[in-house]
Amino acid sequence: MIDFQPTEEQQLIIEVVRQFAGNELRPIARDCSELREIPAKVLAQAHELGLVATSIEESHGGGGERCAVTGCLIAEELAHADLALALAILSPALIALPVCDLGSEEQKSAHLPAFTRSQFVPGSLAVVEPDIRFDPLAPRTRARAQDGGFVLDGTKCFVPWLEGGTQVIVIAATERGPRPFLISRDCPGLSVVPERNMGIDALPTVELTLEGVFAPADALLGPDDDRAVRSLIDRGRVGLAATAIGVARAAYEVALEYAKEREAFGAPIATKQAIAFKLADMAIEIDGARLLVWEAAWKLDQGDTVTREATLAHCQARRVALEVADGAVQVLGGHGYIREYLPELHLRNARGFAAFEALALV
Amino acid sequence: MAISFDLTENTLYSRAYYHDVALKQMRPISRKYDDEEHAFPQEWVDFFWKHGRKGPQGGPTDGPSDGFVRVCVQAEELCWGDAGLYLRMPTPALGGSAVSAAGSKEQRKRFLSRFNEPEGTPCWGAMAITEPGAGSDAAAIETTARLDGDEWVLNGTKIFCTAGEGASEAEGGFVVVWATLDRSAGRAGIKSFVVPAGTPGMKLVGLERKLGIRVSDTATLVFEDCRVPRENLLGREEVKQRKSGADSSAGKPGFKGAMATFDASRPIVAAMAVGVGRASLDFVKEELSRQGFAIRYDAPRYDQGAIERDVIEMEAQLQAARLLTWRAASMMTRGIPNSLEASMAKAKAGLVVTEITQKAVEILGPPGYSRKLMVEKWMRDAKINDIYEGTQQINQLIVARRILGYSSGQLR
Ligand SMILES: Cc1cc2nc3c(=O)[nH]c(=O)nc-3n(C[C@H](O)[C@H](O)[C@H](O)COP(=O)(O)OP(=O)(O)OC[C@H]3O[C@@H](n4cnc5c(N)ncnc54)[C@H](O)[C@@H]3O)c2cc1C
Repeated sequence: MIDFQPTEEQQLIIEVVRQFAGNELRPIARDCSELREIPAKVLAQAHELGLVATSIEESHGGGGERCAVTGCLIAEELAHADLALALAILSPALIALPVCDLGSEEQKSAHLPAFTRSQFVPGSLAVVEPDIRFDPLAPRTRARAQDGGFVLDGTKCFVPWLEGGTQVIVIAATERGPRPFLISRDCPGLSVVPERNMGIDALPTVELTLEGVFAPADALLGPDDDRAVRSLIDRGRVGLAATAIGVARAAYEVALEYAKEREAFGAPIATKQAIAFKLADMAIEIDGARLLVWEAAWKLDQGDTVTREATLAHCQARRVALEVADGAVQVLGGHGYIREYLPELHLRNARGFAAFEALALV
Repeated sequence: MAISFDLTENTLYSRAYYHDVALKQMRPISRKYDDEEHAFPQEWVDFFWKHGRKGPQGGPTDGPSDGFVRVCVQAEELCWGDAGLYLRMPTPALGGSAVSAAGSKEQRKRFLSRFNEPEGTPCWGAMAITEPGAGSDAAAIETTARLDGDEWVLNGTKIFCTAGEGASEAEGGFVVVWATLDRSAGRAGIKSFVVPAGTPGMKLVGLERKLGIRVSDTATLVFEDCRVPRENLLGREEVKQRKSGADSSAGKPGFKGAMATFDASRPIVAAMAVGVGRASLDFVKEELSRQGFAIRYDAPRYDQGAIERDVIEMEAQLQAARLLTWRAASMMTRGIPNSLEASMAKAKAGLVVTEITQKAVEILGPPGYSRKLMVEKWMRDAKINDIYEGTQQINQLIVARRILGYSSGQLR
């Protein structure tokens, strides 16, 4: 039966996450962005909510409640407060969820417990490459079979790289197609250079270079065919799209409130159609894109292949995020251009969805 | 409840039925009635009256229901067939929505039961609000109603009345006419009246020639001392005087009550729009695939062709419109106020199908412009969805007022 109501439990989760995001994240978002750092305390606090651990299988110490729809609801709420903080908080998922989805029992036993303990352990996922012609399914990063394992060479970028992480999943091309490899962050031959990008400043990311990095056979995640990477990308697009909705909603709300306060020509600017209609379009676009995200997530939960739905949701959500953020800057006029207000940050962050191709957030 | 995108068994069954109707009954005569504007589509009306209106026979009857979403799914399917023929179906249509929303039980029985009787001849319902001097600003209508003994006397001119020919002439049908009892009372003075087909004083004076949906009879109706029984007024008779400034307290069955009809009709119009948009998009995809051109949803952006990007964008936009429509409809089923969501769906659907159908003509190249194919017709048909039931701008206005918490006085 068609239904658009989150369950009572989901509503409760949304409420908790929204409160946390509003009280703890939103107020520090600007400072984190300017200082390009995230207080460890906030990550620890967020970790206590168990947002990632809940999704991990019970047999490996998690909550056993994996649900992509719920994941999208959470991702939207966190990103609504701040995208960089949201990605940092959810970063354990970048390893935990692919391992849940693709890992063998041995791999799960080896890697999942780290994410169910009381200490926050970030994860890393290396998908994107610094290349105009980047194709997530045909990476330039290579994995050659050698000595009962693989040797990896190549360069990745936009790799979340928070302090305290020990592992990274790297997508590399073998002779038989792209595969995910779970390797240690301190492997010989692996080096990183911190990045500076247009936005999402608070999230530490690196350009990751692999030179003859040896990965043992058991570093390979999932079945030995394309499916592993395909499902990782599809899921990753849905999760990222959910955060795009959060960014768009944040920008929209700032614009809406501002437009009711700010007066020009003797009346609030929101009483002018040019502004009011822009706000109406933002509201419509955000709701429409969110429903596409939910549909894709719901299909994931049904166990379906969602390549098409994920692409539709991802394309729509990233377009909407950019347009709404840009519209918000416009509604604030010159003030929108000033870093004291949030829309310029939303705009810089929203453009990031063109670069971050897919992140395993749900 | 939980978020779900599963249509129920009975919705799927009924969708399959109406798809078959669209394919076998509508599509084959679609071009003919586009060419012969104002010709009466006898075979379609007969088919619908004999079979179509009964809906699918057999199939799953128990089990959960999608409620109003199912109505939207049916409208989409039939408008995938032909939006003009959909509007020409002998049903109470918008007139029926008005009677259901604002009428008493007795009135519903008196005016609507005729449409379900197995015997009798085809009849239509219609809604006449628009006038030469009042379209978007429905509160500016000038048609008057005056009580004379036990009868209302109507005077005025209504234009653009969909199904107005059938509803004013074929026995058993009716036109719901908006008129003012007291112009000085503004909105509060506006009431709606049921005028049965054939009532003396109601005259069909013309049919419009249009860009699209040409088989739909868009009528001009003139009312000259047209008398209807006192019990044909929908809602309350008394006129609440306007309170200074505020208009929020207008009585429910008055102007606001009449406007409530739109909460139900806008999702349906949005669904109709999605049906036309889907017709174009389906055709484009089939044609591309016949040419050996597959849409690669997993191709990287740099490698996607312009057409591939266009099609993916069209699909995403159409689906966003469809889901907004279903959301508004599903709220309706649950009795949750949905004016905001209904306007969101209508605004989005009207706009995206206009764009999608125009893009389809472009993608198909020279053949797209030819009347040998249907895409040029679908482009012409689609545009109406951006105009009636509140133009794009009027629906934006409604959404804007809601999200800003403004009254119609604060945001005009
Ligand atoms: C084929 C067809 C079928 C129809 N069927 C019916 C029917 O069955 N019953 C019925 O009653 N009517 C019907 N209509 C009428 C239709 O609902 C009106 O045409 C529509 O509401 C617009 O009114 P208008 O044409 O007078 O345009 P106007 O109101 O003159 O509007 C002209 C332009 O101004 C814009 N505009 C108006 N007010 C504002 C504002 N406040 N802010 C910003 N922009 C504004 C409009 O969006 C539009 O772009 C039909 C029309 C057509 C073409």
